[in-house]
Amino acid sequence: MTTILDTTGALQKVVPPQNDAEPQRIATIRQQAAERFSATGLPTAWDEEWKYTSLAPLGRIDWRLSPGSVETADTQGASMRGRAAAELIFVDGHLLRSPSDISGLSGAAGVRLLSLSEALTSSEPAVERWFARLADYQRHPLTALNTALAADGAVLIVDDGEVVDGFVHLLFIGSGSDVMSHPRNLIVAGRNSQLSIVETYIGSGRYFTNSVTEIVASENAVVSHTKLVRESPDAFHIGTTQIHQERSSSVRSHQMSVGGGMVRNEVNVALMGEGASLVLEGLFVLTGREHVDNHTVIDHATPHCDSQELFKGILDQQSRGIFDGLIIVRKDAQKTNSRQVNRNLLLSENAIVDSKPTLEIHADDVKCNHGSTIGQLDEEAIFYLRARGIDEAEARSFLVDAFASEIIDRLPFEPLREWVRRGLFEQMPGRLPERREERP
Amino acid sequence: MTTTPDSIEQLTTQEYKYGFVTDIEADVAPPGLNEDIVRLISHKKQEPAFMLEWRLKAFRHWLTMREPTWANVHYPAIDYQAASYYSAPRQKKKLNSLDEVDPELRSTFEKLGISLEEQKRLSGVAVDAVFDSVSVATTFQAELAKVGVIFCPFSEAVREHPELVQKYLGSVVPSTDNFFAALNSAVFSDGSFCYIPKGVRCPMELSTYFRINSANTGQFERTLIIADEGASVSYLEGCTAPMRDENQLHAAVVELVALDGATIKYSTVQNWYPGDKDGKGGIYNFVTKRGKAMTNAKISWTQVETGSSITWKYPSCILQGDNSIGEFYSVALTNNYQQADTGTKMIHIGKNTRSTIVSKGISAGHGQNTYRGEVKILKNAVGARNYSQCDSLLMGDKCGAHTFPYIEVRNSTAQMEHEASTSKIGEDQLFYCQQRGISPEDAVSMIVNGFCREVFRELPMEFAVEAQKLLGVSLEGSVG
Repeated sequence: MTTILDTTGALQKVVPPQNDAEPQRIATIRQQAAERFSATGLPTAWDEEWKYTSLAPLGRIDWRLSPGSVETADTQGASMRGRAAAELIFVDGHLLRSPSDISGLSGAAGVRLLSLSEALTSSEPAVERWFARLADYQRHPLTALNTALAADGAVLIVDDGEVVDGFVHLLFIGSGSDVMSHPRNLIVAGRNSQLSIVETYIGSGRYFTNSVTEIVASENAVVSHTKLVRESPDAFHIGTTQIHQERSSSVRSHQMSVGGGMVRNEVNVALMGEGASLVLEGLFVLTGREHVDNHTVIDHATPHCDSQELFKGILDQQSRGIFDGLIIVRKDAQKTNSRQVNRNLLLSENAIVDSKPTLEIHADDVKCNHGSTIGQLDEEAIFYLRARGIDEAEARSFLVDAFASEIIDRLPFEPLREWVRRGLFEQMPGRLPERREERP
Repeated sequence: MTTTPDSIEQLTTQEYKYGFVTDIEADVAPPGLNEDIVRLISHKKQEPAFMLEWRLKAFRHWLTMREPTWANVHYPAIDYQAASYYSAPRQKKKLNSLDEVDPELRSTFEKLGISLEEQKRLSGVAVDAVFDSVSVATTFQAELAKVGVIFCPFSEAVREHPELVQKYLGSVVPSTDNFFAALNSAVFSDGSFCYIPKGVRCPMELSTYFRINSANTGQFERTLIIADEGASVSYLEGCTAPMRDENQLHAAVVELVALDGATIKYSTVQNWYPGDKDGKGGIYNFVTKRGKAMTNAKISWTQVETGSSITWKYPSCILQGDNSIGEFYSVALTNNYQQADTGTKMIHIGKNTRSTIVSKGISAGHGQNTYRGEVKILKNAVGARNYSQCDSLLMGDKCGAHTFPYIEVRNSTAQMEHEASTSKIGEDQLFYCQQRGISPEDAVSMIVNGFCREVFRELPMEFAVEAQKLLGVSLEGSVG
């Protein structure tokens, strides 16, 4: 029952797990989502949104769901225990009780961090109000699959006027052996509240993570969201971030991918209140045969909103990077200010990059522009450095580092910057200054 | 060059200037599309066997294809069996001179402002006028023949130069390329054929006027231009169509072949009937245009798209040879309920290939204007370079401007840039002009023309003037 497709490619019916503790409303949603996925199946290259990423290899594997009995996990140094205000660790989509630490939050009454399985059976009004209301499972097959099968995840609710110091860390580990997991997170920031959330995805071996994170930023809320992806070279990762912004809210979302066999970062933002502002930034650093597809939709549904989007890619060896961004400005969304930029650096002759910055504008009094560049390191800049006695390899590494730093330096917390930088060095051995001594 | 813009009120009330139907008995095939119709068309045109086979192959492939739905345009489904696929003005015998052309036909051309004699004497432009499906008159052929240039209706080329047609037909746009190209390949009626021999610089600008006439006949033109090694040619295409209530389908194919060192410049002013103020009627313009550039060759597309209720058009360049160059300059205007999904494809295959894309979209009324462009740099295209710029201008709050660029790079030495912006006419710009005594209407017209200047600059002189006027007419009252 758990496989998505059997080996012949025929679609099997997805059956949501039976959990009598869950309220009827949730069971109905799961049932609808399961039916929807069974009807649509996995998207193919015929779907415009999946033009550059084929899910055929994913469909060929006989995935199974984890029973959820794992007690320990290798965090690969990704645990930020002690540095994060709170940390929850999930293995194959199930909460790992022992190393999860929520001590940093225990003092604040207006802040609740629960696991999804707890939250769904609790009487938390925010869950009732928002769960599965934002990420559209009718439209996105993988969101439907997640909605039907999600076992666990994190629910963070910050009440009106509350401020969370530091960040809440959610660590998702895939343990391989053809296990699929569907983490489902819900983050609700009340009015005038402030919070920071970090999702980290790591793992080893072959596994499939299909996560959905819904974020609600109520009026005047300030939300910082960071997604760090460092999946194994054999892993599949499809992660959807669905952001809903109300009046004058401010959201920063960073999508950092430093590795993964096949990674898809899907970010959908709806600017639903006047004066909302969004900063959406991303970096993808790829090597080997890695594949990262960044798919973003920013929907300006109301006037006077502001969005700034910047994605940068560094591609080495036979990797493939994709940026497919869409900005929609609805009919009445006058005075919209929007900027969308994608810059890519190709370090190898065999790397592939596809860039599709798209604008869809239905209002006239708006300022929208987008830009995309693809190129290699600037020979003149290298010459400049070499003329000052820096050898070529070092000069190149300087420039790559500088290219990435524009995004990394804007991450909100030092541990995150450290983690991404470490990933960057490991992805680009011999390309960066700190690794110089290891070269033959 | 400046033209005094006509007053906006006058433009608002102006009906489509070229809307009239010429009453000529036409030789029309029964509505519907099947193999018999394809055979009939081929037979009527006295085509050699290879053409019939080619058409049938295309038709059989077409039957297996589905109409594409990815374009950002919306229209009621087309019933391909309802239209008639062949219509020829009835002719008693082959014509030797202009005097033998049907007088009613001649007066139609005069209404359109293409008096053949006048064109002949004054403008130095050879006109191959396509009236519905059969070319009825060709000028300047003798003069062109002196330098070895072949410029004739397609059907004539099939009969008289079958070796050239057989060699190049479908070499750029295969008959199986896409839904509309396959349809065109199966049933194309006529079009223009042009061959410029080695090293020849075509002594005059070549031009053709297309015009849809008989009711309920789709127009399926096929143009093939071949510039042999070192040759160069500039080709102009202009369109007007009579007013019509039912939507008409127009699926043309244009193929350009630029061999080593050749240059082809292809300019279009498209002004098919766009439908009335409520979006009723208008032409469906689904065109496949593509050029192949060999070593050191250059292909340049310039288009001004103001007509048609729906435009689906992507003039493309396959930059196959090393150092070849592709250019695309476009102004697309949509007003009332017009929809345009247009852009280009630049496929870089050879080394050091370069391409430039400049696209200007203007949306007014309820118009929806989409730029869809693809830049593909393949693995062997070392040192390829692309620059794309797409600007959109919005007038009014009911229209839309969309940009869908696809950038696919497979070579690390490629340098490519894409920039796009969307804006409306600035209050400050208007204020600046009005302060200097320029009326708001003139100011808007001036700003719009300035917005499009980069593209108009690329048009041949006569076209540039026409294009500026067209823009004024098409904007009718949406400005100010």
